[in-house]
Amino acid sequence: MSSIEERVKKIVVEQLGVKEDEVTSEASFVDDLGADSLDTVELVMALEEEFECEIPDEEAEKITTVQQAIDYVNRHLDQ
Amino acid sequence: MKGRRVVVTGMGIVSPVGNTIEQAWQNIVAGKSGIGPITRFDVEAFPVRFGGEVRNFDIEQYIIRKNARKMDPFIHYGIAAAMDAVGDAGLEINEANAERVGVSVGSGIGGIFSIEEGHKSYLEGGPRKISPFFIPSAIINMVSGNLSILLGAKGPNLATVTACTTATHNIGLSARLIAYGDADVMIAGGAEFGTTPTGLGGFAAARALSTRNDDPQGASRPWDQGRDGFVLSDGAGVLVLEEYEHAKQRGANIYAELAGFGMSGDAHHMTLPSDTGDGASRCMTQALNDAGLNAQDIDYVNAHGTSTKAGDGAELQAVKASFGEHAYDLAVSSTKSMTGHLLGAAGGIEAIFTVLAMRDGILPPTINLEEPDEEFDLDLVPLEARDQPIKAALSNSFGFGGTNGTVIFARLSD
Repeated sequence: MSSIEERVKKIVVEQLGVKEDEVTSEASFVDDLGADSLDTVELVMALEEEFECEIPDEEAEKITTVQQAIDYVNRHLDQ
Repeated sequence: MKGRRVVVTGMGIVSPVGNTIEQAWQNIVAGKSGIGPITRFDVEAFPVRFGGEVRNFDIEQYIIRKNARKMDPFIHYGIAAAMDAVGDAGLEINEANAERVGVSVGSGIGGIFSIEEGHKSYLEGGPRKISPFFIPSAIINMVSGNLSILLGAKGPNLATVTACTTATHNIGLSARLIAYGDADVMIAGGAEFGTTPTGLGGFAAARALSTRNDDPQGASRPWDQGRDGFVLSDGAGVLVLEEYEHAKQRGANIYAELAGFGMSGDAHHMTLPSDTGDGASRCMTQALNDAGLNAQDIDYVNAHGTSTKAGDGAELQAVKASFGEHAYDLAVSSTKSMTGHLLGAAGGIEAIFTVLAMRDGILPPTINLEEPDEEFDLDLVPLEARDQPIKAALSNSFGFGGTNGTVIFARLSD
């Protein structure tokens, strides 16, 4: 079973069409990985799908980097 | 046509008979059908289980996967055909000419596949599961929109939608834009991906499709006594239209002049033509008048000829009405016998075949035309292609709603 970090990064690679080595923990979806506002909406939907959760819009807006996505999922799965 | 002269300088195609101009034309001249079983979804429950699918097509040769995911296949086909056409034209779009280059590539139905998928997501997961790209992946003007972005074309950007006349209207109206002066170059045509469950099921329910499931390649048989409906196909056909002096100045290869364009409405029935083909005839006559040509000047008619009981007869009636005695001297054929019916893209690929017929002096055949109805007494180029010089040729498209379009191409003269 892959770690949460690996699963999140895999989704980012697929959704944003970027290379694995570009997806560092600090990478910002918009500034570093070329996402636009619609890409980030779809990315959050893909995270919801993968981790079977619902990310409210106000929380989703705060997820702007790979690390923030990993942190969100970790927090959510802890609950 | 009034105003500035318009010529064809580039062509691109995605179709059941091939995804390059060379390959598609080779198959058409050889009389090869592109029809086969529908493979993309389970068709077992459908009364029609075959069609003209696009094969060996890879959108990632044109755009990156991340972007391709956000587009319906009809948009993929339109982008590919248009980018090939621009390449064929040797047209470089740069800062100096960008505002004079426009795009007008329509579709008859648009993103029906994406609409089906989006609706499924909604039914399964509620409104939260609808993709943010659902709308832009499906709406019809997004071939033109995406091409503008990809090519940097900043001129007029539109997409006329008129069912099966879509591509012909986009081509004709684009020529008008150039003639009038709104643009120097227009990338024009149509794209379609209608072989989806509701697309196939909808046309089958309307009893518009052939049900010759045991012989897909024999199913599209315009004017033949055994015809029983059209064959649903996918693809795109796009032309680069260019103002004559502009093309000459940059030393472009000129295929033909777009000499005339005509339009009309049937005012008759949602899906059927009038028995006399009155609307079609007015359309062809208008195109002739627009071109300033006489009936005798036309050597070839690339017919709409979809292989339906009513439509095929009405079109020949219309040819007789518009051309009088000359109807018996010109040749009429339907390349849909090989490609099936690409709906909103049909006029695009047929404009291409019309231009190539003229370039090479070859009349493309109407395959499967083994026994025409008795009253179909024109030269319908049955079964095999024939060599014959062509000075000017006409391409017809007719659509649901009673919407008609005719374009006339002529050899370039000074």
